[in-house]
Amino acid sequence: MTSLFSKFEGTASALGALVEAGGRNPFAVVIEKPISSTVGLIEGRETLLFGTNNYLGLSQSERAIKAAQDAVSKYGVGTTGSRIANGTQSLHRQLEQRIASYFGRRDAMVFSTGYQANLGMISTLVGKDDYLILDADSHASIYDGSRLSPAQVIRFRHNDADDLHKRLKRLDGTPGAKLIVVEGIYSMTGNVAPIAEMAAVKRETGAYLLVDEAHSFGVMGKKGLGVAEEAGVEADVDFVVGTFSKSLGTVGGYCVSDHPELEMVRLNCRPYMFTASLPPEVIAATMAALEDLADHPELRTQLKENAARLHAGFHRIGLNASRQVSPVIAVTLETLEQAIPMWNRLLDLGVYVNLSLPPATPDHRPLLRCSVMATHTAAQIDQAIEIFRQAGLEAGALKETVA
Amino acid sequence: MSETVESVSALIIQKLLANPKVPRDIDGNCKIMEDLAFDSLAVMNFVMEVEDTLDVSVPLDKLADIRTINDLAKCIVDLKNKG
Ligand SMILES: Cc1ncc(COP(=O)(O)O)c(C=O)c1O
Repeated sequence: MTSLFSKFEGTASALGALVEAGGRNPFAVVIEKPISSTVGLIEGRETLLFGTNNYLGLSQSERAIKAAQDAVSKYGVGTTGSRIANGTQSLHRQLEQRIASYFGRRDAMVFSTGYQANLGMISTLVGKDDYLILDADSHASIYDGSRLSPAQVIRFRHNDADDLHKRLKRLDGTPGAKLIVVEGIYSMTGNVAPIAEMAAVKRETGAYLLVDEAHSFGVMGKKGLGVAEEAGVEADVDFVVGTFSKSLGTVGGYCVSDHPELEMVRLNCRPYMFTASLPPEVIAATMAALEDLADHPELRTQLKENAARLHAGFHRIGLNASRQVSPVIAVTLETLEQAIPMWNRLLDLGVYVNLSLPPATPDHRPLLRCSVMATHTAAQIDQAIEIFRQAGLEAGALKETVA
Repeated sequence: MSETVESVSALIIQKLLANPKVPRDIDGNCKIMEDLAFDSLAVMNFVMEVEDTLDVSVPLDKLADIRTINDLAKCIVDLKNKG
């Protein structure tokens, strides 16, 4: 008889090899406890956190902690219900209004995670005769949304507005609406979308545009609204999807839009309807974090400076780091034989980053993915660069001459 | 321009052979993932190249049903005739 589990043999042997090569399972790192936004206890050691997506450090916001404590005492710990049944409390509507008004949009939908926000919006907005046009390097939640939708799905080359244009032109004359989906900052590589060019294609072809600002909200633009604000093309974006789990430091997802039909999406969107809503303390903490974000634009300035410092440092020591400066900085290595020992050495020496392995990386090469925070000090960044140099030399990813 | 399953299949094979890792003895009946050891991402990226040469877009949902080189060729010819 066929074993149910034989499909996992490939994963099991790959994981075995990974642990053998480096001594640790990179997918089972435990942060025993956070000491601050930038330091966590891992394997009993204080470790610099350079892989948490906690861009503004707001997971440790005093205001958010206080708000969560108050909400928990007042309302309890959970809602025990879906948004369209017993799971909407006045806090949920308040948060939706605040998010919508911060974006200057008509309305917002709050989901239990960003993953569900993409899954829900993408699968619900496009129907059988419609077309979804996705960037080739889209996040798993976007691909999964496309699989849940009945629409025809077409990929265009990553960040290539000409290719997007060409693929939309091929659809000239076909019935059905077209929805373009792009991300603001790509989560693995830190690549920033050329959103003004994408918006121009959208205008010319009459398509709709959804932008996932998961990694760019709180990070780019004057108010922190993301790449569309930074590029001055907010009016061309029909739907913004985002998450509370990165710059706002909590958990949850959202979509904001000026289209009044968003109200109808609520009643057709399975990942919104068939799951419990966020607990009151998370909603309260998120509203408080949103106030922090609005009140402290200097956090974004500091984040930019910190990202530039780490980026310059990596290039100075000779690492193949992302071309663009963004708070996501990926170091590309040539082989697993370099990447695995290097990632392990980094952790031994006190720096935690994300190890991303093919096929989850865009060009089949391994990445050491770093995320920078506004709350990192210059000394912490310099220390991380020095540890990268040492680990890179030991793993054979760097040559001695570039000290 | 009228492509046939044979001509598209030949073009796909020619493109595949440009990749030194692909076995030399492939034909239209080869299974793309199993016989050529392509993962799903590699398949999607390869199909993009074919799309550009033939000026056609193959929706991802159609890709799910495609196993052999000839399946892909047939799907592309159908899409071109429809358009
Ligand atoms: C681009 C992108 N979209 C959506 C998500 C999902 O966010 P969440 O963690 O809230 O599920 C993530 C993060 O994992 C992401 O990187």
